[in-house]
Amino acid sequence: MAAPGGFSGTDFKQEEGVFLGFTKAQLLAFIAMVAFIVISPFFLYPVFLMKLLCFALFACAFNLLIGYVGLLSFGHAAYFGMGGYLAGHAAKVWGFSPELSILIGGAVGAALGLVIGWIAIRRQGIYFAMITLAFAQMVYFFCVQAPFTGGEDGIQSIPRGALFGIFDLRSDMAMYWMTAGIFLIGFLLVHRIVHSPFGMVLKSIRENEPRATSLGYRTDDYKLVAFILSAGLAGVAGGLKSIVFGIATLTDVFWTMSGEVVLMSLVGGLGTIFGPVVGAAVIITMQNYLAEFGAWVTVIQGVIFVLCVLAFRRGVVGEIGNWLRVRL
Amino acid sequence: MEEIFGIPTPLLFGQLLLGLINGAFYALLSLGLAVIFGMLNVINFTHGAQFMMGAFVAWMLLNYLGIGYWWALILAPLIVGLTGVILERTMIARLYKLDHLYGLLLTFGVGLIIEGLFRNEFGSSGMPYRIPPELQGAWDLGFMFMPIYRGWVVVVAIVMCLATWLVIEKTKIGSYLRAATENPALVQAFGINVPRMMTLTYGAGVALAAFAGVLAAPIYSVNPQMGANLIIIVFAVVVIGGMGSILGSVITGFGLGVVEGLTKVFYPEASSTVIFVVMAIVLLARPAGLFGRS
Repeated sequence: MAAPGGFSGTDFKQEEGVFLGFTKAQLLAFIAMVAFIVISPFFLYPVFLMKLLCFALFACAFNLLIGYVGLLSFGHAAYFGMGGYLAGHAAKVWGFSPELSILIGGAVGAALGLVIGWIAIRRQGIYFAMITLAFAQMVYFFCVQAPFTGGEDGIQSIPRGALFGIFDLRSDMAMYWMTAGIFLIGFLLVHRIVHSPFGMVLKSIRENEPRATSLGYRTDDYKLVAFILSAGLAGVAGGLKSIVFGIATLTDVFWTMSGEVVLMSLVGGLGTIFGPVVGAAVIITMQNYLAEFGAWVTVIQGVIFVLCVLAFRRGVVGEIGNWLRVRL
Repeated sequence: MEEIFGIPTPLLFGQLLLGLINGAFYALLSLGLAVIFGMLNVINFTHGAQFMMGAFVAWMLLNYLGIGYWWALILAPLIVGLTGVILERTMIARLYKLDHLYGLLLTFGVGLIIEGLFRNEFGSSGMPYRIPPELQGAWDLGFMFMPIYRGWVVVVAIVMCLATWLVIEKTKIGSYLRAATENPALVQAFGINVPRMMTLTYGAGVALAAFAGVLAAPIYSVNPQMGANLIIIVFAVVVIGGMGSILGSVITGFGLGVVEGLTKVFYPEASSTVIFVVMAIVLLARPAGLFGRS
């Protein structure tokens, strides 16, 4: 990896974590985020917020790979979409409770990640991106043909059910709290992974893979486990999304979705904990307001891509962190 | 009716021809990608959009200016290649010192912009482009009818691939190119303007994509999405072939087109995924690709 403006964002001196491995600045940001999650449904439309949280979790899962292992997966829609399909299928056809359905979505994402990751990690960099993209397209074609996905119609009217069979989720507020809970668990899980000894090895692979190998780490195994974790979390996000909206469609497995999650992480800041969340908020809000303009959304997303790459490589959170001289 | 392996021969040869045509586009596009990647170390995600632009420029030349297919075959690659030169000079050139993945992200974004703009202007439904009168009709080959235009596409694609190979392997500028691919700093030290070569290489690769787009215009309907779905398959082709060799990517392109065509005959359900399966097998057996150097 080239040193200047590598894919890592800015790394400041390792600060001692004060709480749960968060630095002071991160802890403040985390409290602000939780406060926003708790207060916002009283002011903003909960369904919109749930969409935002689903994509924020998806982007966090993606960022685990690009930000901390330096692997650019261009096919994360496959795990997101398949997680969504399987969760929807489990809830609708098998009559599973929502939390079990979402777990099934995560398991499917992880299993798919195991197979694809096992093959894809044989190549690095640009090839890795092309291979993951190609496999995701294969999954897409599979979903077009497979009977259980419902083809062009998708799986519709997936029931939200009741959490643990007790708490009815049909009201948007109940569903919102569950979504927020799952998002926070996922977010903290990513944070925990990144700050574990395992995460340190991942970062060393990102910085200098041959050196990590020379220190005796089986880097391929580490990369594969990171890939599976990331794919599994993406599957959870996809499953959550289909439970929330009651629908799973081909859009979620298509390559444009893979591009969107890359864009979210890039806008927010690659390799920052909060970046993907902010990026998802920016992109989803933009899509929400521009939905009526049709193809212009694609154009604007492209423009944001170009601007981010040319002038704004640290992303929103990375720039703020750099300005305040803290790691976020 | 004659049969081979229980398959009627016209069906078999018909699908083989379709496979060869798809293969022609895989070959032309993966060739351009390989040339660009060799020189710039950038994987050109805009390639699909530039292919689509080639087809659209041909369509616009015909419908706005009354310029027909034969001139379009020359003009469209020049026009689109020029946009490629501008893109390289203004944007891609800024990223050479950074991680290569930024080049990928940038060209992906540019592809989105182009595709979105064309979709705004022309909608998603395709527009027809007539086969030029000289190439209409079909030959009776005895075992099947061969539409003349389809045969033309295959022949022209092969000629174009060979010409590209000749330029790169046998001419002086090609030798500069190969040398600069190996060691740009040294070539620069010999007084050759490497940045300009990179610009021209990008322009040439883009022009090749646009050329393929003009060829494709009468076969597929001209629509804004025609490149995006194709290019992902071409990426798989590139991974299978490895980007090390020019002839390698040409052979891989045609070969995979034929494999796809045959799959359509014997096991149609797998025809859209067979190339990705081949990619998985190749990655397991030979991670560097069939013709690649690791």
